[in-house]
Amino acid sequence: MKFFEITKEPINIQEVIDKVVQREAGAITTFIGTVRELTHGKRTLFLVYEAYESMAVKKLEQIGREIEERWQGSKVAITHRVGRLDITDVAVVIAVSTPHRADAYEANRYAIERIKEIVPIWKKEHWEDGEEWIGNQLETKAYPSGKPEEDDLHE
Amino acid sequence: MNKVLFFAHLRDAVGKELIEINASGKTVGELKEELTEKYHLPRMETVMTAINEEFASNDEVIQDGDEIAFIPPVSGG
Repeated sequence: MKFFEITKEPINIQEVIDKVVQREAGAITTFIGTVRELTHGKRTLFLVYEAYESMAVKKLEQIGREIEERWQGSKVAITHRVGRLDITDVAVVIAVSTPHRADAYEANRYAIERIKEIVPIWKKEHWEDGEEWIGNQLETKAYPSGKPEEDDLHE
Repeated sequence: MNKVLFFAHLRDAVGKELIEINASGKTVGELKEELTEKYHLPRMETVMTAINEEFASNDEVIQDGDEIAFIPPVSGG
């Protein structure tokens, strides 16, 4: 079974959840990231996601390892879709199971924040009057040494 | 020889997904500078680099056969 995937097809949410089912778990949290129409009042028509697929899978696996080390007894599955996505389409599904519910919420939040830091996936927004690759929020972040610093990785 | 991969706005700037060049012996920083000049790459101070699918710092030295990728700020999720 592949716990960490990049796919061009619509994501089957239940399949991602089923991967983390375990007898030791008392909770499964699922995060579903969807394509939003309005960002700061600007209307998005559709998005195109692109990935450095082989590295993206490795980085998703790394996030899974980090979570399994940090939250004992946890199990993680993540699927991210690439290609053209329309408004309301599902872009990413993260499922985390843990023995107790607080950990499942925390670990799931950690996973999506880490995806936005280290997984090589990019989105291009298409509007009525143009298109642009979206960097991290305001593109204020620089990497002077050429890679993320320790602080970037654990904030 | 080395493959150098471009993504997102860098791919648009270069006009192709990858180029093949001989970069062995150069540091990541040197290669970055060279290609920035050659292709007029924008916003390179925000771009990370990967060698063989692992993040690498600017002072790392490239070996023959290494796959280099320039990673603009990511926006998945």
